Amino acid sequence: MSDTAEQGRTSWSNADLGIPDSGPARFESAHELRRGLAEIGYLADDGIAGVVYLADRLAKPVLVEGPAGTGKTQLAKSVAELSNSRLIRLQCYEGLDESKALYEWNYRKQLLRIQAAQISGGSDDGLRAASAAQTKDGAAWKHLEEDIFSEDFLLTRPLLEAIRADEPVVLLVDEVDRVELETEALLLEVLSEYQVSIPELGTVRATRLPMVFLTSNNTRELSEALKRRCLYLHIDYPGLEREREIVRTRVPGITDELADQVARIVQSLRTIELRKAPSVSETLDWARTLVLLGIESIDASGARDTLHILLKYQSDIERAAKELLSAGT
Amino acid sequence: MLDLLSGFVMELRQSGLPVSLTEHLDAADAMHHVNLDDRDELKYALGATLVKSNSHWRAFETAFEIYFALRRDSGPGDTQIENLEAWGEAGEKSFPGAGMGLPGQQGTGRGGGSGMTPQELAELLYQAIRSGNSGMLAMVARHAVDRFSGMEPGRPVGGTYYFYRTLRNLDLEGVLQRLMEEARHTAASSDGDALTALEERLMADAYKSRLDDLRKSIESEIRRRLVADRGAEALLRSVRTPLPEDIDVMHATRDELKALQVALHPLSRKLAVRLARKRRHQRRGPLDFRATVRRSLSTGGVPVEPKFRHPHPSKPEIFVVADISGSVASFARFTLLLVHAISSQFSKVRSFVFVDGIDEVTRFFEGADDPADAVRRINAEADVVWVDGHSDYGHALTVFNDRWGDEVTSKASILMLGDARNNYHASQAWVLAELQARARHVYWLNPEPMAYWGSGDSIIDEYGVHCEAVVECRTLRQLERFVGDLE
Ligand SMILES: Nc1ncnc2c1ncn2[C@@H]1O[C@H](COP(=O)(O)OP(=O)(O)OP(=O)(O)O)[C@@H](O)[C@H]1O
Ligand SMILES: [Mg+2]
Repeated sequence: MSDTAEQGRTSWSNADLGIPDSGPARFESAHELRRGLAEIGYLADDGIAGVVYLADRLAKPVLVEGPAGTGKTQLAKSVAELSNSRLIRLQCYEGLDESKALYEWNYRKQLLRIQAAQISGGSDDGLRAASAAQTKDGAAWKHLEEDIFSEDFLLTRPLLEAIRADEPVVLLVDEVDRVELETEALLLEVLSEYQVSIPELGTVRATRLPMVFLTSNNTRELSEALKRRCLYLHIDYPGLEREREIVRTRVPGITDELADQVARIVQSLRTIELRKAPSVSETLDWARTLVLLGIESIDASGARDTLHILLKYQSDIERAAKELLSAGT
Repeated sequence: MLDLLSGFVMELRQSGLPVSLTEHLDAADAMHHVNLDDRDELKYALGATLVKSNSHWRAFETAFEIYFALRRDSGPGDTQIENLEAWGEAGEKSFPGAGMGLPGQQGTGRGGGSGMTPQELAELLYQAIRSGNSGMLAMVARHAVDRFSGMEPGRPVGGTYYFYRTLRNLDLEGVLQRLMEEARHTAASSDGDALTALEERLMADAYKSRLDDLRKSIESEIRRRLVADRGAEALLRSVRTPLPEDIDVMHATRDELKALQVALHPLSRKLAVRLARKRRHQRRGPLDFRATVRRSLSTGGVPVEPKFRHPHPSKPEIFVVADISGSVASFARFTLLLVHAISSQFSKVRSFVFVDGIDEVTRFFEGADDPADAVRRINAEADVVWVDGHSDYGHALTVFNDRWGDEVTSKASILMLGDARNNYHASQAWVLAELQARARHVYWLNPEPMAYWGSGDSIIDEYGVHCEAVVECRTLRQLERFVGDLE
């Protein structure tokens, strides 16, 4: 390894000491965790708190699945806030690859550097420089190569960022089901070894394991290997009490009575067969709207006028109105 | 304790859950970090380490409840069994009569109230549902099972029998009606207004959810006593229900089909990806700057030889051709779900359904996010009957070839779905041969047990010779295996 590479590594020099650990427990108990989350506005249940607590103790990533808008993403954010960690988020999409997930060389900067070297080297002719590179001046080019593949030219992406961070980190890999298999394999590798090897620079190891959350909307099945590596958490729609608490916490200025009514109605709607059941985010949108409109208690007409915020399909709205609002059902 | 866990893991595997060694070890690790006296905590810890799919949760939960049934949540008057080992042993032995309060029998060791009359019990039930008090609900459950289930030690009767027997005697419907009457009455007498439809609905839903809680408590009370009587293992064997992936699609109930549908979605995507594979590296992808720069070093930084990334997989072209006749009715529903799931993710899926006539139904799936809608429209609008509404594969294939055959190119994969029961019509297998010559792949999924293939009017063999593979596909697991083999 060259000098530059060594230098590049000093910023994560502790990394060579061995296998990183998860550090001291972030949370005292599942119970404490649940309480702490509630204090910062995330209402977990025993299952959620239990799994997150365990994930910290076992130093394992959590794979979070469940219907849309049930607080999967928010969970990671809230856990980061509670544990005073930096949240690093990798938003997945079809086509996400290594260069956007892990790292990439800043090729523009590299090209500029190369051009600068040619000019300062007294050569204004690219082709002559090229032939020089292959013959007598090879050493200079070797030096330049080391230079442009050093830390300064590296664009760090979320995975690498999470691994080399010195401070505590919560890594959120959001909507992991959207990446292709190759990228999933890359993820698995990183989440198993917590190290990244950059051919030009050497190996980067985590000094402290980040807490990792992967969320999935289950649009495709993840590999067995990835699932084996993770703890699994399915977050379903909350029950009545929890949903009422979420509404009370997240909607400023709402009365207890209205929050209760909102939660009850939403719970009832979820028992009807709909094309798309209302999610927690839709519950919250609805509650906020009702507060804005100054509605204190929902009656049939208030419900009818605002149902479209809760339900996305016209057929669902009609169905809900029929089931809930008209007598004789 | 670890033995107990091993036994439990074995039980899960018996039910078809794929628990790996790593996961087993993780679960063992996890047990060091939970309070073993807290049953829920234990359940979530084991669930998170052993169960990696929500569709398996039910099977897991049932097994857990039985395996760890002798531990009851701490409640007033409960004797706590100290540690896991003790439950394990208790679960293996049988305790004839333990906790089996027979009708009229007093002093079952759980104290208090076994002599409750049916009237008293009915009143307690009413109060419990009215207040939603969980302690009261639990008490009702226990007394109801004591009095009404008629459980007798050693009888090889399933839990559901006792469950329904108990429920029949409780008249929960009547309780609900009484509560609703009362609510209407109160509303009318307090402010003079009758309950609105919305108020009624919400109130009824609240009571119903308490009634559900009660049902669950009764169920688990019965389960607990059955375990005490017969031992966990024996009971587990008798309650095992198939996982969604093991349900026979030809004989699925509505509920089972629903579970199937959920499990099917991710699988269908995998299937489509596999069918489309191999086309990957044919075209150039976007410029790979990193590789280009690296290469340019040998030419003094002049990027004379650009490097390209591999392209993203291109959209597959899939022709799904499915028999939706009566002989495969429930498979057809499954098939349509499958087609819907595939087409919702890939734009180049064309779907065709046939009986003795054939029709393209791609348009019904486009933009339909509810498969039920698509299925309804297909049943109503698709033109699939030609003469008599009995499958005629030969005619369907011929028409398919005449009308759409030109569009089947070397980029297309054809997926045939059906039992190849041709009602003794001509097979016209040469059509399939022609199609195979043009298409990239031809596969056939047959929902009939392989043992019946070729019997009676089944001519699967005649078609099979023109397919890359003919596979039995009666369950999701088989479908999954087929998809896996496509690699
Ligand atoms: N348990 C909860 N406590 C507090 N707020 C919640 C809770 N669950 C959901 N929310 C709120 O609901 C909204 C939706 O949550 P979030 O975006 O995390 O859902 P998601 O599960 O990630 O959805 P998607 O699958 O669509 O990504 C957010 O505003 C979040 O704050
Ligand atoms: Mg999200």
